Amino acid sequence: MGEALAENIVYRHVYEFILSVFGSELAWLAYAIATFSVVLLVVNVLMLLATFYTWAERRLLGRFTNRLGPNRAGPFGLLQALADAVKLLTKEDIVPRSADRWVFNIAPIVMLGSVLMAMGVIPLGEKTFLADLNIGLLYLVAVSGLGSIAVLMAGYASANKFSTFGAMRAAAVLISYEIPLVMSLLSITILAGSMSLIEVVNSQTIPFLLVTPLAAFIFLTAMSAELNRSPFDITEGESEIVAGYLTEYSGMKFGTFMLAEFAALMVAGAVFAVLFLQGWKWAILPSHIWMLLKVGLFALLATWVRSTLPRLRPDQILTFAWKFLFPLSLINVIALSVQRLLLADEFGNLQQQDMWLMVVSNWILMVVAVPVLIKITNRKSGIPFGESAKFHVGKGV
Amino acid sequence: MPNLYQEVIFWALFAITVFSALLVVGQRDMFRSALALIVTFLAIAGIFAQMNAEFLAVAQVLIYVGAVSVLVIFAVMFTKDMPHSTRSTNLQPVSIVVVGLLFIALSWAIFQSQWNEMPAELPVFVESTLVDSSSQLGTAIIRDYVMAFETVGVLLLAAVVGALALVRDK
Repeated sequence: MGEALAENIVYRHVYEFILSVFGSELAWLAYAIATFSVVLLVVNVLMLLATFYTWAERRLLGRFTNRLGPNRAGPFGLLQALADAVKLLTKEDIVPRSADRWVFNIAPIVMLGSVLMAMGVIPLGEKTFLADLNIGLLYLVAVSGLGSIAVLMAGYASANKFSTFGAMRAAAVLISYEIPLVMSLLSITILAGSMSLIEVVNSQTIPFLLVTPLAAFIFLTAMSAELNRSPFDITEGESEIVAGYLTEYSGMKFGTFMLAEFAALMVAGAVFAVLFLQGWKWAILPSHIWMLLKVGLFALLATWVRSTLPRLRPDQILTFAWKFLFPLSLINVIALSVQRLLLADEFGNLQQQDMWLMVVSNWILMVVAVPVLIKITNRKSGIPFGESAKFHVGKGV
Repeated sequence: MPNLYQEVIFWALFAITVFSALLVVGQRDMFRSALALIVTFLAIAGIFAQMNAEFLAVAQVLIYVGAVSVLVIFAVMFTKDMPHSTRSTNLQPVSIVVVGLLFIALSWAIFQSQWNEMPAELPVFVESTLVDSSSQLGTAIIRDYVMAFETVGVLLLAAVVGALALVRDK
């Protein structure tokens, strides 16, 4: 892990510069400052991407709904994010009198922290990553669990009905969709034979999007639920519960939550690119540019879905998670395990022609499994939730 | 030198663990107690990570912080008058005795057992096997102890089915 960081250009230059100034007795200082500068760089890239994406999403939403979107601040409205930040920073910061002040104040920090910690294991380009954990995928899931704690903290500490409702809804959605999400990550682990994100990229001779389309579909759906985005945005459903757990937040605390949310989308895009689109690898262009383009593709897709689909009801969302996505992810994991057992050689490696065989069989599996499962779920739905919970995945989504 | 850093980090984690564990039992607000419990879990995960048991550390965060704590907070949210609901009862002497006995039993077990101490300077091949603890754990669970693993799975399934049977409308 340390060796990988030492190969980083920024790290090496800062380290050698400080060593040349202070001499080798202060090697620990050089190490600390060099590491800190690399971390600062990664964090700043993420924050800038997230702020830029707030502008891009609003412009795109404008296009999708036949409006202009923000176009006043700077060329094409590019400085809109800056204007928003200044506005949020100068706003009065209100804490409700009955709120649990300490928890109320710390919740946005926990939220942002969970997103930033996820950045630690994601490779942003060839040899550009902070750490290569051999349990990277599991680490991502564990760290994102802290975000749901932050949502619960915010909802409880606000001492507001709508906040509590929002937090309860968020917890239900987060717990339900975490299982299909982990299952889709598990199928990636089965394919790559490792949980390290670097290994996952290196083992993709064919993009895993082709090899296991079901896992990609499950990941995209579960991720948009985890990120509270339409059609799963019941936690902040504006027309029902004001703004959910964000109701009492104002000023930069609200801004921090929003920043964390958009940064989480960027992180999700990076994870999707790493898991399913060969990460930083592709022809001609430098690796970092490819990574950015793939994250951009994910962001465009997310915005498109958000502007197209209406919000679902809470019971529909939970039914969808437990009765459709969860069995589907189980089917996918079993199918991939069987394929791997049959096709891998004695060292457990998959050759490229085996991969192509898996591509064919998995696409056939998807075409068969999805309609069959929809049929079964539609017939069986409504037993625990009553007749009202009709399941319309075939028509609606 | 690196040993000094490790010592500092270990004692910091130790202090956080003990302090937050005291906070769990020492305050009135149940919600804050639950949050302090999360800090305790995180600090213990840090100690695991420091002992090269990365998989255990991440599993600790994933299961205790991500799942168990959320359920605890859920349960806490259903209690009445949450900020003041923790009252002292007349069971304090009993609990002191029980906790004291548990403490004595645990310390006895810890000091009695034979620990395999590792040399400070590890041979290279041992270090390389130490790094990948997750695959070793996977082999142990799925190959050597698969029977126990499957039994636990069946037990959990029975628990889920039982819970559903209890809450289902007749």
